[in-house]
Amino acid sequence: MRLSRRSALLLRLAVGVGLAFIYIPLIVLAIYAFNSSNVLEWPPPGLTFDWFPKAIEEERAREAFVTSLKAGVVATAIAIVLGTLASLAVARHRFFGRETISFLVILPIALPGIVTGVALNNTFTQVLGIDLSLFTVIVAHATFCIVVVYNNVIARLRRLSPSFEEASADLGAHTWQTFRHVTVPSLRSALGAGALLAFALSFDEIIVTIFTIGNGEETLPYWIFRNLFRANQLPIVNAVAVIVVLLSIIPVYFAHRLTREEGATAGARGGAGAVGGKDETAATAMP
Amino acid sequence: MEAEAAVVRRSVGRRLAGLFHGRPRLQVGALLAGPVGWLVIGYLGSLAVLLAAAFWSVDAASGELVQTFSLENFQTLLDEPVYKDIVGRTVLIAALVTVTDAILAFPIAFYMAKLASRRGKAILVVAVLLPLWSSYLVKVLSWRTMLSSGGVIDWALEPIGLSGPGYGNTAVWLVMSYLWLPYMILPIYAGLERIPNSLISASEDLGASPFTTFRRVILPLAFPAVVAGSIFTFALTLGDYITPRLVSNNQFIGNVIFNNISNNLPLASALALVPIVVMVAYLLVARKLGAFEHI
Repeated sequence: MRLSRRSALLLRLAVGVGLAFIYIPLIVLAIYAFNSSNVLEWPPPGLTFDWFPKAIEEERAREAFVTSLKAGVVATAIAIVLGTLASLAVARHRFFGRETISFLVILPIALPGIVTGVALNNTFTQVLGIDLSLFTVIVAHATFCIVVVYNNVIARLRRLSPSFEEASADLGAHTWQTFRHVTVPSLRSALGAGALLAFALSFDEIIVTIFTIGNGEETLPYWIFRNLFRANQLPIVNAVAVIVVLLSIIPVYFAHRLTREEGATAGARGGAGAVGGKDETAATAMP
Repeated sequence: MEAEAAVVRRSVGRRLAGLFHGRPRLQVGALLAGPVGWLVIGYLGSLAVLLAAAFWSVDAASGELVQTFSLENFQTLLDEPVYKDIVGRTVLIAALVTVTDAILAFPIAFYMAKLASRRGKAILVVAVLLPLWSSYLVKVLSWRTMLSSGGVIDWALEPIGLSGPGYGNTAVWLVMSYLWLPYMILPIYAGLERIPNSLISASEDLGASPFTTFRRVILPLAFPAVVAGSIFTFALTLGDYITPRLVSNNQFIGNVIFNNISNNLPLASALALVPIVVMVAYLLVARKLGAFEHI
């Protein structure tokens, strides 16, 4: 697109402002993690590295971290199975109510978190009469994680010509063999991206978690939430927060690699894939 | 032994495959049983219970839950002006956040999709994704510290004789706009990517100014993507009770639901229906506008 020098400059400026808006708070937080005083004042009176060892030694935070990992892994596993099944049905079959499936899948994330939280809390405690625990957290997380797997896989299936599967069937493979040796390999990076997203979504969740977690248990976000009101804990919370931000670079790196891999194969398959490859980057990112 | 097991396993797989072969309905049923069962029974079922609970009441004397039909809660919501204020405030902030994010997101998404070099694009995608992956609570926490009195914002505004907004509605609007910005950028970016450059060139060749091209070609084609992004910004704002609690003393729908859940579940449920109704209406309009293609 041709732009005048002035509009190009204005656009660049807008991008700069947007990026500054995104990053300044994270930078400020990182600086506070090295604040030598535990009073929040700006600029910090001095810098120290003490809070990080203290953060790592914090027993409850470590336990909460492990709880978050467990919840994330199990919820992701459930979401992968359910999301893939639903996307296969919608992409490869025609049936009554097909249009409704995407609506149904998106609902748990499109409705405000508090609604999902209250509804599930209500069902667990009032209807089913089960105690809230890590199990109920996992059920809740899996419910809203299905959509990210579903979206990633269905985007891939739509671009993937069914002729590969037909060819496999023509060559004598039965349904399961075709699924195992043709469909799954071509879905691999979409599944990877969906899984990363689902895990990140679960790992970070707090709104629904508060409504579904048992007494005495806490995920890492819940630990942060409970401790950030305590003034003397705040520097440690800041240090934990910085560690969490740094850890979040790992999934971004892998997601990026997955989509790049995707771009390469799409490029090899011909021009049409190039646009799709980029599409996927965005699809990958949308929780 | 092992070979035998393999034969048995294979034959089970084969027999199952044979069962499904040529029976598309059975295939669909098997594929959908799990996900639809989970979502309909687990999720829609829970929503139904929530709906039912909205018509229950709490006995004023004993504090016991009375599971008989009554419109008491809705009467309360309509009669007490405080609830009207809260709903109004929440929806207003959600709308403001959505508009703010659309305005901030569009230039970034446009630059990423249509102007940046291949490398610049890759860097920008990561730059936008990174904060999306970092913890929600961490981001609210950093704003809480920045907005505190004597914090970074006060410090930065002091030389020009101003002070920061402090905690309150403005803070909620700022922080929510911050939190949900990537959710707006990414669908718009993907939507703009889908617009072929040849359409833009054609418009330019036909003599349209960049502004006309933007208004008549790019904006109409990208609009469904903006609506898709707005679903997230709007819904997420509507249901958040943590941000208001951390950066304001004001009550939003979420806070009232949260505060009532243990002592007045029916009232909390009735109030939870408000965002549901708002969001379902929003989603239906969004689907009409073609936004679902962009989620």
